[in-house]
Amino acid sequence: MPVAATREYVGVPRDVAANFHGKQLVYVSWDRHLLFAAPFLLCVPPEMKFRELLDGPLAMLSQPDPDAAAIDWTQVEWLKSNQPWTPDFGRSLADNGIGHKDQLRFRTQGANTLLTAA
Amino acid sequence: MDMKVSKKKLGLKERYRLMTRDLGWDTTYQPKDKVLPYVGYEGIKIHDWDKWEDPFRLTMDSYWKYQAEKERKFYAIIDAHAQNNGHLNLTDARYLSALKIFLQAISPGEYAAHKGFARVGREFPGVGTQVACQMQAIDEIRHAQTQIHAMSNYNRYYNGFHAFADQRDRIWYTSVARSFFDDAMSAGPFEFMIAIGFSFEYVLTNLLFVPFMSGAAYNGDMATVTFGFSAQSDEARHMTLGLECIKFMLEQDPANVPIVQGWIDKWFWRGFRVLGLVSTMMDYMLPKRVMSWREAWNIYGVENGGALFKDLARYGITPPKGWDDAEKGIDHMSHQFMLGLYQWSFGTAFHSWIPSDEDMAWLSAKYPDTFDKHYRPRWNHIRKLAAAGTPFKNYGLAKLCQTCQLPTVFTEPDDPTLTCHRETTYKGEKYHFCSDGCQHIFDNEPEKYIQAWLPMPQLFQDPIKGDLGEWMKWVSLIDGKDNGDYAGSEDQQHFEAWRGLATTNQ
Repeated sequence: MPVAATREYVGVPRDVAANFHGKQLVYVSWDRHLLFAAPFLLCVPPEMKFRELLDGPLAMLSQPDPDAAAIDWTQVEWLKSNQPWTPDFGRSLADNGIGHKDQLRFRTQGANTLLTAA
Repeated sequence: MDMKVSKKKLGLKERYRLMTRDLGWDTTYQPKDKVLPYVGYEGIKIHDWDKWEDPFRLTMDSYWKYQAEKERKFYAIIDAHAQNNGHLNLTDARYLSALKIFLQAISPGEYAAHKGFARVGREFPGVGTQVACQMQAIDEIRHAQTQIHAMSNYNRYYNGFHAFADQRDRIWYTSVARSFFDDAMSAGPFEFMIAIGFSFEYVLTNLLFVPFMSGAAYNGDMATVTFGFSAQSDEARHMTLGLECIKFMLEQDPANVPIVQGWIDKWFWRGFRVLGLVSTMMDYMLPKRVMSWREAWNIYGVENGGALFKDLARYGITPPKGWDDAEKGIDHMSHQFMLGLYQWSFGTAFHSWIPSDEDMAWLSAKYPDTFDKHYRPRWNHIRKLAAAGTPFKNYGLAKLCQTCQLPTVFTEPDDPTLTCHRETTYKGEKYHFCSDGCQHIFDNEPEKYIQAWLPMPQLFQDPIKGDLGEWMKWVSLIDGKDNGDYAGSEDQQHFEAWRGLATTNQ
């Protein structure tokens, strides 16, 4: 349904990739690990290797979760745009098809300390 | 020689007619639809504007008289509060976080409502409607002013109040309320009335007033209580205007019903999301609590809202689409918000804190099905991190909802262990949402919502380019004073020291 308007109405998006000085946004969340109140917002270059994303920002941000040290990245299941997906750790985000504002989710099989604590 | 002329005093009814309906005129040198160009494009059909009822029968002259009286009383008490160190009567300075959020997010909303009602008062053809909207426009600007004056005294002693106008424009959480009003003001006049007059003022206003005004009374804040009393009679008028407006639209033409229903669905959900922050104030931020968010929802949402929609059923109106999802979120949302506010508190111009044992016992009693199971373990862990000297700060920032602009903190309606992920692609761009309700609003008018100014993605664009320190300057946030944990803050130290001086001989 179009916007009710008195004349033709065209919006301009505010968050297009061109505004991020060569970087892009990527959202990452760890399913069922809700110590983190919302998916992380990362602003990273598309040339970054997927492995660097894991070892850098993601490892640092996940650290407060008591199960973070036990993550085995080779066993993690991934979703991209809510669909099962397999990344290539050695290739860049762009080569992995991770576009601007894509949402990645990962699932771990091991313990979920804060979920089972009660 | 003076001649005594006997003046015939006007009867109440005649006077009312002259002072309201007779203010209208017909155009002579321009067609009416040129003078009032915005009344038709939303598709609402009105056949007889004279059918508009003015439930309060208030004329402008008596309006000024009442308001002036209220102002005199209000400022007398505000002066007394300032002169007698009224701020030391608070239960605890933690209470001030609720006030800071109010000043940064809600008071500017009053000002926005003023602009909106001034505009729709000009755009509606009916005289009754014009007069009612004009009065509400003046009420709203008065509310913004008196709130700012009521809270200005706290600004002399405590952090976080000093830059509310900058923060209204630039800090992240205020964009939730701002986008709500921007959305309403950029809609047509009828949708504006449903958004503000009906959904906000009628359906949801009690949920705002209970925590703030009763909360103020419970926590010794005489300044805000006084504002509440001064605004109360206005609010009654606003609620009646909102209800009158919706009934008028529904009675004028059956074709209006589906349009109005669409707006009710949209604005209930938008209002529910904005007022979500209120749940956190009720459950976490008031040192002495009035009632839980769940209890308030049962009274003002389920009972009152239920009765209202039963009443509107005769026009063919059904309860808002998001009603069931709202109910499913009630026992979770205050906890989900407070966990977020705590981990992002480096970026808030108010304090948050880890709930004490006593707080957690209260939360557990009020939320027997959810708190101990889902939220206590997280707070216990956060407490452990703080005790170890590594307090939990989430520098990952957050994905925001394209529609309501809140961080996407909510879980699936039927699975509180899984974050709700919703996304869509429009004209090649990805957009994310916190819920089905917000995605539905976007899908109806994507061209409108793609323009949203989302504060977290903006942080990585010009002029800030991802520099957190620069961002703090840009939003007028003083690091180490305005933000962070209440424990150890200047606000806490000052309040305790000053109250000590006032109540002991030390």
